[in-house]
Amino acid sequence: MVDPISKMLFHPFTHKIGEDEAIVRPSTTYWQDAWRRLKMNKGAMAGLVIVIIMLIMAIIGPYLTPYTYDAQQLVSEYTNLPSSSEHWFGTDDLGRDLFTRVWHGARVSLLIGFVSALVQFLIGVTYGGISGYLGGWVDEVMMRIVEVLSGIPFLLYVVLLMVVLEPGLHTILIALGAVYWLSMARLVRGQVLSLKEQEYVLAARALGASPWRIIFRHLIPNCMGPILVYSTLAIPEAIFAEAWLSFLGLGVSAPAASLGMLVSDGISSIRLYPWQLFYPAFFISLTILAFNIFGDGLRDALDPRLRK
Amino acid sequence: MKNKENILEVRNLKKYFPLVTGFFGKYSVLKAVDDISFNIKRGETLGLVGESGCGKTTVGRTLLRLYEPTAGEILFDNKNIVTASASEIRLIRRKMQMIFQDPYASLNPRMTVSDIIGEPLDIHRLAKGKARKDRIHELLHLVGLNAEHATRYPHEFSGGQRQRIGVARALAVEPEFIICDEPISALDVSIQAQVINLLDELQETLGLTYLFIAHDLAMVKHISDRIAVMYLGKIVEIADSNELFANPLHPYTKALLSAIPVPDPEIAKNRKRIILEGDVPSPINPPAGCRFRTRCWEAKDICAQQEPLFKGNSRHQVACHI
Amino acid sequence: MTRLLDVKNLKVSFLIPAGEVQAVRGVTFSLEKGESVAIVGESGCGKSVTAHAIMRLLQSPPAVIRDGSVLLEGRNLLDLTEKEMQKLRGNEIGMIFQDPMTSLNPTMKVGKQIAEGVKLHMNVNEKEAKRRALDMENLVGFPNPERRYNQYPHEFSGGMRQRAMIAMSLACEPKVLIADEPTTALDVTIQAQILELMKDIQKRLDTAIILITHDLGIVADVCHRVMVMYAGKIVESGSIEDIYQYPEHPYTWGLLKSVPRLDSQERHRLVPIPGQPPDLIKPPVGCAFMPRCKYALKVCVEHDPPNFQAADGHQAACWLLHPDAQAAREAVGLEARS
Repeated sequence: MVDPISKMLFHPFTHKIGEDEAIVRPSTTYWQDAWRRLKMNKGAMAGLVIVIIMLIMAIIGPYLTPYTYDAQQLVSEYTNLPSSSEHWFGTDDLGRDLFTRVWHGARVSLLIGFVSALVQFLIGVTYGGISGYLGGWVDEVMMRIVEVLSGIPFLLYVVLLMVVLEPGLHTILIALGAVYWLSMARLVRGQVLSLKEQEYVLAARALGASPWRIIFRHLIPNCMGPILVYSTLAIPEAIFAEAWLSFLGLGVSAPAASLGMLVSDGISSIRLYPWQLFYPAFFISLTILAFNIFGDGLRDALDPRLRK
Repeated sequence: MKNKENILEVRNLKKYFPLVTGFFGKYSVLKAVDDISFNIKRGETLGLVGESGCGKTTVGRTLLRLYEPTAGEILFDNKNIVTASASEIRLIRRKMQMIFQDPYASLNPRMTVSDIIGEPLDIHRLAKGKARKDRIHELLHLVGLNAEHATRYPHEFSGGQRQRIGVARALAVEPEFIICDEPISALDVSIQAQVINLLDELQETLGLTYLFIAHDLAMVKHISDRIAVMYLGKIVEIADSNELFANPLHPYTKALLSAIPVPDPEIAKNRKRIILEGDVPSPINPPAGCRFRTRCWEAKDICAQQEPLFKGNSRHQVACHI
Repeated sequence: MTRLLDVKNLKVSFLIPAGEVQAVRGVTFSLEKGESVAIVGESGCGKSVTAHAIMRLLQSPPAVIRDGSVLLEGRNLLDLTEKEMQKLRGNEIGMIFQDPMTSLNPTMKVGKQIAEGVKLHMNVNEKEAKRRALDMENLVGFPNPERRYNQYPHEFSGGMRQRAMIAMSLACEPKVLIADEPTTALDVTIQAQILELMKDIQKRLDTAIILITHDLGIVADVCHRVMVMYAGKIVESGSIEDIYQYPEHPYTWGLLKSVPRLDSQERHRLVPIPGQPPDLIKPPVGCAFMPRCKYALKVCVEHDPPNFQAADGHQAACWLLHPDAQAAREAVGLEARS
């Protein structure tokens, strides 16, 4: 055998055997991994960008014009104007600037979306986590309560709340929050039930960890993926719900406006002044679409089955 | 070793799981562990072997009160665990720990290694701040890993490394007794030996007592002083490990021993294997009398009528009529 | 000699975000009619990937076959279309998987599942297919084939399911049967049953078997030849006797020594192989086993060892077999080779 390798090399090589415990691959956490997958999903990123733009505009939009959302100009030459360099989206029947009102409405709508998602998150996760982990009769009772509450029609519930509390933004927030945490609680309970037989949970119990610690240190962090997806998708749902409450006249009270309220107002003058419907309708659709696409992308990114 | 006190005494332990079957919610009972008794002496290793579904894992978990026992007594250091209160259990869990089977499922994937090993320290308020960090590094060194690994997540490690992290976590509370629930069955052969040697070394240096649960008889023989064989919720034979291998009395033990694959073609070809017929019966409706009789080639009438009792001396006991 | 299956220089990689994992790095072996060969190695060594590549069952992406050929009676399987491959799977090559719980369709009667393949590949009618399926159930030792035919997988125990899988994969009399860890999920007493069955079937049907396993113990009983894989390569191959009695590769030594011996009364320390297998995202330049090898030479660091002939039909990829390594062998405490 012709071999170019020098004979010198055929001598024992002294080295520390098996000392090589070093990890070659770079460290990636679950969230870094998810973010990388999310970035590859063009649709989801577009959704995210739109959401961010909407958020920024909702904050600064109303200040870009010299008008305020409730300043009326009840002179016929100022009412129902189409788009112009002075009023970018035109004005409504009370002479209010639509551009200002659309972004003010977006601010209210997004606030409703985020706050109700947050309420849902806080109540639903805690409730579902406790119910699922403790199990037994505690779980029975807690789940029966959820079933009873979800048996009450949403509309009835809101109307009742409106009667008891005075109508307005905070009533809507309470109403939406009170309804949506139910399904979140069910989701979290299901997740927790499937996770609690995992050996790391048993290990924590064997170490003497309290139920509280197991729920919040072990179980909830491990079902954060589905929870986050669900919360993201709950935002457009709440915005939508508020929009049709506005249609029924149960929305935020004038002169404040949400996007839903603006659409509702715009419908009455659809024949004569279609832009009054078009702008708010366009932005509400865009927001909901963007959140939904982003939420779907997030679900794909967080799906543990794709994880290597 | 003979004269040493018992660290653990188990008497007539039973663990039944209620099952709801059928549309009408008919209750039936799965007798996972059905009336078993054994002792473990301080500093020894008792091997517990049996096939899947025989209840060996349930035994381990019931000893730690991860499952509530249905009946019986568990005396740990002469204290009855079955009747202990929640705060007493917490104290007992500092002395009694567990290593789990699946190195992939037994570590929380969202926690770093230092959080995983540090958790017992936090729960029992054993160390804080710098002392906590030092202790974590010390534990990592003890199991052959280093401080660099502390900030990593479990998925970055190989199976053997993860299992060693699990060992470090169990050692954090300085236990006296460790239940090893199939700690090596999910690992590769070359790695199994690493973990077994680690457990051996730790036993020597820290004076630990083990209950070693496994289905691999060869490994159990290697690590155990005594071995108990389980079949369908019962212990059928218990003996010193060399004695058990040299002189198995129960037909099930004989079959188990002969089924062990031998990495030697000469022996493998000349060996007479006992191939058991059929499958393990369901623990919901175990056969009356001796539970092994449905697969036993030596079964007689008496086996169906009477449940065999333990006989033999303190070194070797067997529950069989024959 | 008829070469039934010829695998040449097979290279398979997985493309993942962190880079390219070279799971199989040039595997060459052949299989003759009626022969049974074992591929032994630890998890991640590429043994399952090799089997799946032969069956063309790899998901792509992320898997890519980088190089090589798989010739079944002269036909390169890697060049076939998916449709041609479907005809071949189950008909000429059968496969049994590790997990009998998930490899049967839970909503279909077991007998039907066996008959399905027969109908598909052998071009026979319903009745004939059923007869054949019942024959197969008999062959794999179902106590009551007629009744079992109409049962669903959940009514079967693990051992019975694996028998059903074997019946299914053998129903069309394939020339090659690939068994991917067929007994790993089973208990020892059931494992013994299945191994006995495989031996028996091999004798009766003269099927060539590729047995993939991590357990050197079960191989000794069933196979004629063994190939030991490490880090995506075959490091040693030879007859059963060669591998167990005259192993030449330090990795094989390590594998044999790390299992406890039943025949010793003394409690001795096990000899583990220290360290971990390399991460194949960054395969080593030299011998992949070098970092864990007690007998490593300087040459191992930079140069990957080629296959050396240790005896007729016995090869090992280790520099210790090089003629120039004689002196070094003595220095590290090994016998010189004659």
